[in-house]
Amino acid sequence: MRMLARRLPFYVITFVIAITIDFFIPRLMPGNALDAVLAKAGSQMGSPQALHALERLYGINNPASLPSQYTQFWARLLHGDLGISTSSYPTPVTAVIGTALPWTVALVGMATVISFVLGTLIGVLVAWRRGSWLDNLLPVTTFFQAAPYFFLAFLAIEVFSVKLGWFPYGLGQNQLDYQTGLAPSHVADVLDHALLPALTIVVASAAGWIVGMRNQMLTTMDEDYVLIAQAKGLSKRRVVWYAARNAILPSISGFSLAIGFVISGALLTEIVFAYPGLGFTLYTAVINHDAPLMQGIFLIITLAVLAANLLADFAYLVLDPRTRQEA
Amino acid sequence: MALSVSEPAVTARGPGVPPRPGRRRRVQLPRSPKVLIGFGLLIAFLILALVGPVLAPYDPSADLSLSGLPHAPTAAHWLGTTQTQQDVLSQLLAGGRSTIVVAFLAGVVATVISVVVGVAAGYFGGLADDLLSMLANIFLVLPALPLLIVIFGFLPGSSDDLLIGAIIALTGWAWGARVLRAQTLSLRSRDYVQSARLIGESPTRIIGWEIVPNLLPVIASSFLFTVLYGVGTYTAIAYLGLVNIDPHWSWGGMLFWAQSVNAQVGGYWWWYIPPGLAVAMLGSSLALINFGIDEFINPRLRQAGLSRRQARRAGLPGRFALGLTPVARPPAGTGQGDAR
Amino acid sequence: MTSDGALPAGAAPAATLIEVRGLRVDYGIGPAAVHAVIDASLALVGGAVLGLAGESGSGKSTLAYAMTRLLRAPGVITGGQVLLHSSTPASPPGGGGHSSAPGRTASPPAGTIDLLAADEAQLRQLRWSRIAVVMQSAMNALNPVITVGAQLTDVLRAHRQQLDRGGRRQRAGQLLEMVGISAGHLGRYPHQLSGGMRQRVMIAMALALEPAVVIMDEPTTALDVVTQREIMQEVAGLQRDLGFAVLFITHDLSLLAELADSIAVMYAGRLLEQADAADLYRAPRHPYTLGLLQSFPPLHGPRKPLTGIPGSPPDLHDPPPGCPFHPRCGFAMDICRAEMPAVLPLGTAGSRSAACWLQDGAHEVPAELAVPEPAPEPAAGPPPAGPAHAAPAGPAAAPPSPQLAAATPDPARTRP
Repeated sequence: MRMLARRLPFYVITFVIAITIDFFIPRLMPGNALDAVLAKAGSQMGSPQALHALERLYGINNPASLPSQYTQFWARLLHGDLGISTSSYPTPVTAVIGTALPWTVALVGMATVISFVLGTLIGVLVAWRRGSWLDNLLPVTTFFQAAPYFFLAFLAIEVFSVKLGWFPYGLGQNQLDYQTGLAPSHVADVLDHALLPALTIVVASAAGWIVGMRNQMLTTMDEDYVLIAQAKGLSKRRVVWYAARNAILPSISGFSLAIGFVISGALLTEIVFAYPGLGFTLYTAVINHDAPLMQGIFLIITLAVLAANLLADFAYLVLDPRTRQEA
Repeated sequence: MALSVSEPAVTARGPGVPPRPGRRRRVQLPRSPKVLIGFGLLIAFLILALVGPVLAPYDPSADLSLSGLPHAPTAAHWLGTTQTQQDVLSQLLAGGRSTIVVAFLAGVVATVISVVVGVAAGYFGGLADDLLSMLANIFLVLPALPLLIVIFGFLPGSSDDLLIGAIIALTGWAWGARVLRAQTLSLRSRDYVQSARLIGESPTRIIGWEIVPNLLPVIASSFLFTVLYGVGTYTAIAYLGLVNIDPHWSWGGMLFWAQSVNAQVGGYWWWYIPPGLAVAMLGSSLALINFGIDEFINPRLRQAGLSRRQARRAGLPGRFALGLTPVARPPAGTGQGDAR
Repeated sequence: MTSDGALPAGAAPAATLIEVRGLRVDYGIGPAAVHAVIDASLALVGGAVLGLAGESGSGKSTLAYAMTRLLRAPGVITGGQVLLHSSTPASPPGGGGHSSAPGRTASPPAGTIDLLAADEAQLRQLRWSRIAVVMQSAMNALNPVITVGAQLTDVLRAHRQQLDRGGRRQRAGQLLEMVGISAGHLGRYPHQLSGGMRQRVMIAMALALEPAVVIMDEPTTALDVVTQREIMQEVAGLQRDLGFAVLFITHDLSLLAELADSIAVMYAGRLLEQADAADLYRAPRHPYTLGLLQSFPPLHGPRKPLTGIPGSPPDLHDPPPGCPFHPRCGFAMDICRAEMPAVLPLGTAGSRSAACWLQDGAHEVPAELAVPEPAPEPAAGPPPAGPAHAAPAGPAAAPPSPQLAAATPDPARTRP
């Protein structure tokens, strides 16, 4: 438990730093660049007062000192105020994010978990059956790792939606479907729309987990205890389990490095599918230079990544008795 | 390409190959087809970055006004045209330079930061280590792409490759720093470094002569990794239209334009496949070389001396199961007393 | 029980557990392959301790792991046989009452099996129930994320299906207590134990199924000297009580002189000399053995200057022609540089052998290599040389370890 108690402050500090970066970025930018952004925002909102408020938010024509601006910034955040979206003025950023978030949590969350589990299992198998035809998976995974997620999404739509007609072209649901809630046809429609983007994310991100787990597994299989497990005449499944149980530990501690990539890639995939989640919202924000919305999404994604990391730390704690002993 | 190291980072344990006296110190990168293909591709891409824009048959930004729809490949336009009748091949050739330059700049800047931070943290230890490690860990968990989006969101339309590369590097140095710190820590406790410290050599000299040369394989791997990261990240940023994407062509920018008219739905494959494939191939070439370096750093990843082809020729199963040593006895040798 | 009579002379056929015949092991395939073990033949007798000595890289571990088919890639067995003779007579001569403890039900069918021809399922069944392994470093040999108890019971679960969960747990506790660790440690993880305790756990694990043979690969090199001593006493005591046979691999010839019944000396992949422990120790017949003995301070008798062996072991990628030892041998002759000598049976009834041209009868043997074998003296510590090799040792024929037994009381019984 002490390990978690040590990690939690780290995540809090990281989040504080993320917020601080968020505060300072507009103030560190060259003035003309900021002016261009604000001019665009002003034209979208069509309200001089709103533009004025936004300028003050970014430290322009703001009589308050920098420290007091900083405390005000925190006070707003702590009240759950992420500002007003300029592109869908006057909707608050929290409301825009709130509409998009469930879509993303369902799609990206599920796809990421599936790809981690699947990739890890395949990685174990590839390492254990080293020298079999499964080795041919590796060059393929290299390609999938190097290709941008959104490029794979382009291909997926071209092949499976346009050429084969198996899936819809994009969006989260049929535009003509006015059903909501848990009506069976609606659920089927939503699933139908989610399947191809989910598959794209799984295929694109599983490659990384496969290679990582394979390499860890190969390293672990060289350990004496795996050879001893074999010498003991244990069943093959047990031997593999003994090795995998150790090999997964670095995979989990490397989670922090990977999860940011995976989530970013998944968000970009949403754009290609015009999926109504956070990624597509981010795209809209970027296209429209909607600075408050970009900043809000940055904070939300940071929070999600930190939470995922905390979860990984907890999993590590459960899986590795050596860290438990420190407690 | 040979990397010179004084001591192998990891030595295989257990009943392995008997140690070879007079083991050569210069160790060759594995000459596997993977590494060779990787190098070949990378060199081709570097040449493309150099001469691509000159080779472009048309002005990539020119409106060639054929008609209102993208045109499939023709003799005049080998890779077809875009919605605004720009030549895709010209864009591809012109876009390589910026993509490759930004990625390598990001790699160089990030590697410099990670070497400085990682080696300093590992070598000096104490409070410096605590603070630098914390900094690296924070940058490691901060999601890079959303952060870059906020930064470039306030800096729209930049076409300064160095600035873009440096900003990308800011989010990509932490992994390398962490790895280098760990390696430096283990090097610091080696005898030759300890004795250099006792003699009173200056830290600069010890770091420059004893530590950094021994870190070269790790630094090389870290550099390739950040270049790979730079390719992906720059492509993503350009794809989002966060940097200048019209006169300043890049492969990500091409994908932005393709996305803006839903080329994937319209079936304009000639428009988005070339830049996407180019990014994937460039990334693959870097990853393939990295495979070689990984196997060099971690010998356990190498298939120690047994190729499948050789095994089959000797009548052995292609794969070697753990705890089931293959037996290739000559058919006549099964008789009794063939030894004594 | 054994259809082929051509056993190494001197070993009573009924008691031979494992016979290695002309074993050849390569690392790699094809012309670049390294020959790590060349034409090695050994016989392990029930209840006896066979020491396998040699410098690091001599192939001794390779031989042991190849015998059990546990050798990792790129190891390939390219010739020979490893015959496992099953089910020794119910009560071996010499009265090995302890070894036929309950639970022998899972033992494989009687008969002789060539381990090199066995398939995966056969091997899986034979492993640990017939041949167990103790490795050099228990830290590496124990799975760090699984409790000691689970690592002891998994083997019971795989081989003793008749035991239920409680029975397995009880047996695991007994095993721990047998090596002097309280059963309360079953729930511990390996990192929570000291180095000596970990090695004890490994030994307990090795004995879980009462195997006929335990292969010990330098089981004490990773430990400090005091713990080494304790563990060796433990092993000697357990071996005496339970009557299992041991293949003991070490570079320490003087340790073997105390512990082993017979010793095989390995060099550059070849077995150069085999003899009863006392004979080999007092009256070596191969120059390499002599050199090895001169590298260690003698345990008994007058001090002799330590001369060691000049030079270093050959590069197995490029072995010298002829006898691999000739570049370092003080007695090397022309023929040694050209041709490898055969393994020559020596002494009474071929109870010992050496692969050296000096011993072929056509050459004059230097005095150092012609010391008469010590006569069997009941009073002097070591047991009668010849019979000890032939007769399987039960509790009656204790290993020649008067020092070990006398030095301190058996720790297994003194530890709380």
